[in-house]
Amino acid sequence: MKELHKTGVSRRKVLAAGMAGVGMLAMPSILRAQDRSLKVGVYGGYFKDSFDENIFPEFTKATGIAVESVAEPTGEAWLVQLEQAARAGQAPADLSMMSQTTTLKGQETELWTPLDPARIGNYDDLLEPFIAKYPDGLVAGIGAVAWYITLVSNTDVYPEAPDSWAALWDPANEDKLGLLALVSNSFLLEVTAKTFMGGTDALDTEEGQLKAFEKLAEVKPNVRLWYRDEAQFEQALKSGEIPMGQYYHDVTGLAAADGFPVRSTFPKEGGIQDSGNWVLSRASDKVEEAHIFIDYMSRPEIQSLMSRKVGTAPTLKRDKLDLTDKEFAAVSSEIDPIVPRYDLYTSKSDWLNQKWTEMIVG
Amino acid sequence: MRREPPRTIADYTPLAFPAIMLIIFFVVPFSTMIAVSFFRRQQGGFYTPDFVIDNYGRFLSAFFGGVLGFSLMLAIMVAVICVAIAFPFTYLLTKTSRRVQIVWLVCLLSVLSLSEVIIGFAWSTLFSRTAGITNLLVAAGLMSEPQALLPGFGAVLTGMVYQALPYTILVLYPALVRLDPTLLEAARTLGASPLRGFINIIVPALRNTIVATLIMVFVFALGSYLLPQILGRPRHWTLSVLITDQAIYQSNMPFAAAMAVFLVLISLALVGLTLLVGGRREATA
Repeated sequence: MKELHKTGVSRRKVLAAGMAGVGMLAMPSILRAQDRSLKVGVYGGYFKDSFDENIFPEFTKATGIAVESVAEPTGEAWLVQLEQAARAGQAPADLSMMSQTTTLKGQETELWTPLDPARIGNYDDLLEPFIAKYPDGLVAGIGAVAWYITLVSNTDVYPEAPDSWAALWDPANEDKLGLLALVSNSFLLEVTAKTFMGGTDALDTEEGQLKAFEKLAEVKPNVRLWYRDEAQFEQALKSGEIPMGQYYHDVTGLAAADGFPVRSTFPKEGGIQDSGNWVLSRASDKVEEAHIFIDYMSRPEIQSLMSRKVGTAPTLKRDKLDLTDKEFAAVSSEIDPIVPRYDLYTSKSDWLNQKWTEMIVG
Repeated sequence: MRREPPRTIADYTPLAFPAIMLIIFFVVPFSTMIAVSFFRRQQGGFYTPDFVIDNYGRFLSAFFGGVLGFSLMLAIMVAVICVAIAFPFTYLLTKTSRRVQIVWLVCLLSVLSLSEVIIGFAWSTLFSRTAGITNLLVAAGLMSEPQALLPGFGAVLTGMVYQALPYTILVLYPALVRLDPTLLEAARTLGASPLRGFINIIVPALRNTIVATLIMVFVFALGSYLLPQILGRPRHWTLSVLITDQAIYQSNMPFAAAMAVFLVLISLALVGLTLLVGGRREATA
């Protein structure tokens, strides 16, 4: 007690502080409300900015859980980082938005903590493709948002919008296209199959896959840029340097709204529908908060809010949402989408990757 | 001052620090990479510790051989061009006043602060049809309409030379600055022209420096993976691009490690060969 006297702190003050401390401990809810936080990984750039601005503050207001958003690179790179970190018992983000292919890849090493459907209010209203399950039926990921990759073009260079993916093969478009550089994120095999081979079922066999590669190789002379980095293509599309290609419907719509001469078209064969899941790293101990977060994100009003503010397609059934037809058309389409063959990218990923690299490099 | 050969263990202690650094930052990571290159790939997942040679087997194909050949050729070209530009430049620089030298060196150092990404995007704008340098030529009446100068081999080469040039100059600078000026003066008094003096005296006198610089730029250029992607077509992608694809996008660490080990061995062999040839020539000369 000598030291206390020296510092000039009276015994009364010490007692008062002690009482306050006991009081805090007795009311854990107060403590927890201050501590509760969740690190959420979302794709860096536009996505993260929109979520930070429009979605996360609302969530914190509603639940008292602070969100620290983490910018993640394209899914595959983030998967490697999460996996390496989880091996060391670390979680750079508790929850991450993960593409379907990477969700499946993470499942192979049981990287994702199984989620409890009972704690997600609108679980039954989720569209079927937006629930990722382990082989034994446990839920690995819940649909966060869906998006479309469509045929985009520069309106100055192409006054008429192209109406079919076949435009990519048109000899008139020589050296004018920008396409995604990886087999597992461009989904061009599916596009080829749907456009020329009657549907993605044609990719069931190796023979069909080789045929699709052969047809796709015809597109090569038209391709100016195989891009890994979205910014690279977006700039070139806006300036008309590379006036056509495949790109994200939501971002293109925003660029058009900002006055850039670009448009996104749902071709008659359908846009490529891809989506992101919320997945929970096994190294994270924020299981409780993660469920609250996913429950919140799966509410119809939040899904509608994301469609309006972020431009993503909802993961809930259409009739549960209050989107007008116009709002729905802005983020999605009634045309039957091209759904990627995610199964191929896990079961035959190395073979497909090898063939693909040989095709575009060779 | 005579150097005594080390006799006791204590005499070796100054070596301990560099040795530890070398072990921590080179031996351990490189050994890990070699180990991983023999691990078994789990398709769609990660890898499990094992001893398989499949990863090397997959690499030994005409396709990867072609990519490796291109990468080596590109790195050699970058090295030769860089030295060919930097050597006369640095020589002339050392002949200028101290103030001019300092300004140049500061400018060169500031170029080093640019990342590969910035260099890549800057050149892709400069080479573009819509905003690039050809627009200036059109304005000057030298061209009828603007052209895109990328993607292409020339663009990749330009970007990589631009990136490596400051290093080349900074490596050559100390050797050239210390060069005895009386050598050239002697040649001049014997009637050699400045150009002849440069080629016959300066270049041979600094042959070891030039070889060392070539090797450094070669190794530096071999690791480039961003510029070929931004400025080139897929056929201009180096092996480093494919290694990145495997490691980052396919999460195939064992195969990426095998390719990287192969690349290191090939470049070490080339460096060794260069030194061997250089050394032999010196012995016969």
